[in-house]
Amino acid sequence: MSAMTPAGDYRTSYRADMTIMATRNSRIALALGIALACAAPFVLDGYMLDLLVMIGIFGIAALGLNILVGFTGQISIGHAAFFGFGAFASAYFHEHGVAVVIAIPLAGIATAVVGLVFGLPAARLKGLYLAIATLAAQYILEDFFARAQWFTGGVAGRMTESPTIAGWVAGRPESFFYVVIVAVILMFGAAANLMRTRDGRALVAVRDHYLSAEMMGINLAYYRMLSFGIASFYAGIAGALYAHYRLFVSVEAFTILFSIQFLGMVIIGGLGSIAGSLMGAAFMVLLPEVVEGLANLLTGSAIDRALRLGASISFLREMAIGAAIIVFLVFEPDGLARRWRLIKAYWKLYPYSH
Amino acid sequence: MDLTLLLPLVLNGLIVGALYGVVAMSFVLIYKASQVVNFAQGEFLLVGAWVCWWFLTDWQMPFWMGFLFTLAFMTCFGIILQVVVLRPLIGEPVISVIMATVGLSIFFQALMKWIFGVFAKPFPPIFSAQSVDIAGLQVQPVYLLSLGISLFIMAGFGWFFTASKHGLAMRATAFDQQVAQSLGISVPKVFAMSWAISAVVSAVAGVVVGVVNGVSSALSFYGIKVFPAVILGGLDSVVGAVLGGLVIGVLENLAQYLDAEWLHWGNMYAIAPFYALVIILMIKPYGLFGTRNIERV
Repeated sequence: MSAMTPAGDYRTSYRADMTIMATRNSRIALALGIALACAAPFVLDGYMLDLLVMIGIFGIAALGLNILVGFTGQISIGHAAFFGFGAFASAYFHEHGVAVVIAIPLAGIATAVVGLVFGLPAARLKGLYLAIATLAAQYILEDFFARAQWFTGGVAGRMTESPTIAGWVAGRPESFFYVVIVAVILMFGAAANLMRTRDGRALVAVRDHYLSAEMMGINLAYYRMLSFGIASFYAGIAGALYAHYRLFVSVEAFTILFSIQFLGMVIIGGLGSIAGSLMGAAFMVLLPEVVEGLANLLTGSAIDRALRLGASISFLREMAIGAAIIVFLVFEPDGLARRWRLIKAYWKLYPYSH
Repeated sequence: MDLTLLLPLVLNGLIVGALYGVVAMSFVLIYKASQVVNFAQGEFLLVGAWVCWWFLTDWQMPFWMGFLFTLAFMTCFGIILQVVVLRPLIGEPVISVIMATVGLSIFFQALMKWIFGVFAKPFPPIFSAQSVDIAGLQVQPVYLLSLGISLFIMAGFGWFFTASKHGLAMRATAFDQQVAQSLGISVPKVFAMSWAISAVVSAVAGVVVGVVNGVSSALSFYGIKVFPAVILGGLDSVVGAVLGGLVIGVLENLAQYLDAEWLHWGNMYAIAPFYALVIILMIKPYGLFGTRNIERV
């Protein structure tokens, strides 16, 4: 990444080396971006805002998974189950008299605890063994959701309410959008800062070479579990937001396909990139819309009749998700984040690109 | 204890378990040869069964012909997957490879649903459905046939790896790729061959299950059930895969029996293998026969 900084941009102190926003322009761009996002509800219609809210929520969950997969090098195929646990936990807390604003972080903590329990094997396992263990976690938690009627409402699912802050109800996409913006800024800021701390760097060391990391005094078991806990916390927060946005949590929603979608977001956005998590989430949310749009374009044509596009739109979406994951892995393994850096570098270094 | 219920359950477990064993073997084959954990193993069964169904119904082929065409198709299918998707990923971290097979899995699952629909479809009847009497139990001949095919495939694997030239080349590649290459073994060919064989063997299992239960997307769940089996047996052990498959097959039937008799939790048949999986991973992650990976610096 440092190779991308233009010539003459030297860092002369440790402080300068550790800043999140390296230049004044990037700080201005971030402020402008947040201001633009806050203005979005005045310009866009409910449907577009709904998509943006989903991008924000999934972005938070994908960021959690990225901390686990991209920064620590552990893999989890059960992220949707933790996302679902957060959703049910928040709805459960709210029903027992906790205000939504407090129930959401509480749900995050509860999910982190569950994540730590399933992270116990993660302390010893890595790579494909962990992938298989989390696959088991996915099915066990799904089974638990269907079984635990007191917690999830069983087959009927569970209803919840919108967040209320001092009389202001964030019920519609226009108002919930601001809740999501605040959550996104908090969670992404926390992650960006985490990666500058001792713990964050220890996670990266575990990913890069775990034997060297262990020899340097990093407790492997502790950091693997910590990373699992953080990932579950993010999933829990995102799940809780999802529950209080959709106002209904169904037992069947958190399938393995959902988990794979989160992994897809991380890979498409870029492993080990914080901003990439949001890009990946945006890609995954918009991809089905694009597929549906293309299918609608062909409605009534010969291709549509021959291939039954309209009736099988959900299968087309799933295929698009699978194909996107494979295409990115083969052709752009570093994801959208790298592409974005290349574009930025192109303009920064123009016209002398070397 | 109701033994008249228990005995058929154990027998059923052994028959299903033998099929798990076959799928687990083809999973282990890929892992041994090319170090790829194939999350799309269940989709091999699915694709194989649907293609065979298509040959038999839409093309009205006799069973033996449709079956042979299916095997030929699956050979090409396995090779193409390996060359197009997995070969560019050689040398990438294990996460990328796992994700690629996961992507393949949902792609083909959705594709099969798109082409053939979501409802289970029965195979045209192949055998006269008269049950056979074995030790006082009425057994459908298809089950016996499935057990026979499983045993035949297992014996075939045994012969392949101990006596045939290609099997020995594959074992050499699994042992050390560089040494194998310097001895004149074409490693890319071995990779492609392992995927082709794995796809073919899985497709046979898929057709067998399809003949017994009808073809539907539920077939791909076999690919998930394979994980408890291979983890129990050890990821890189063919013998372990067979044994693990049998144990998991019996285990899920016993869990269902326990559940029906005393626990009344429901759904234990589907979920018990995963509890077993987590417990095995906690206690003995390398399984019964797996190679222990000792790392020295």
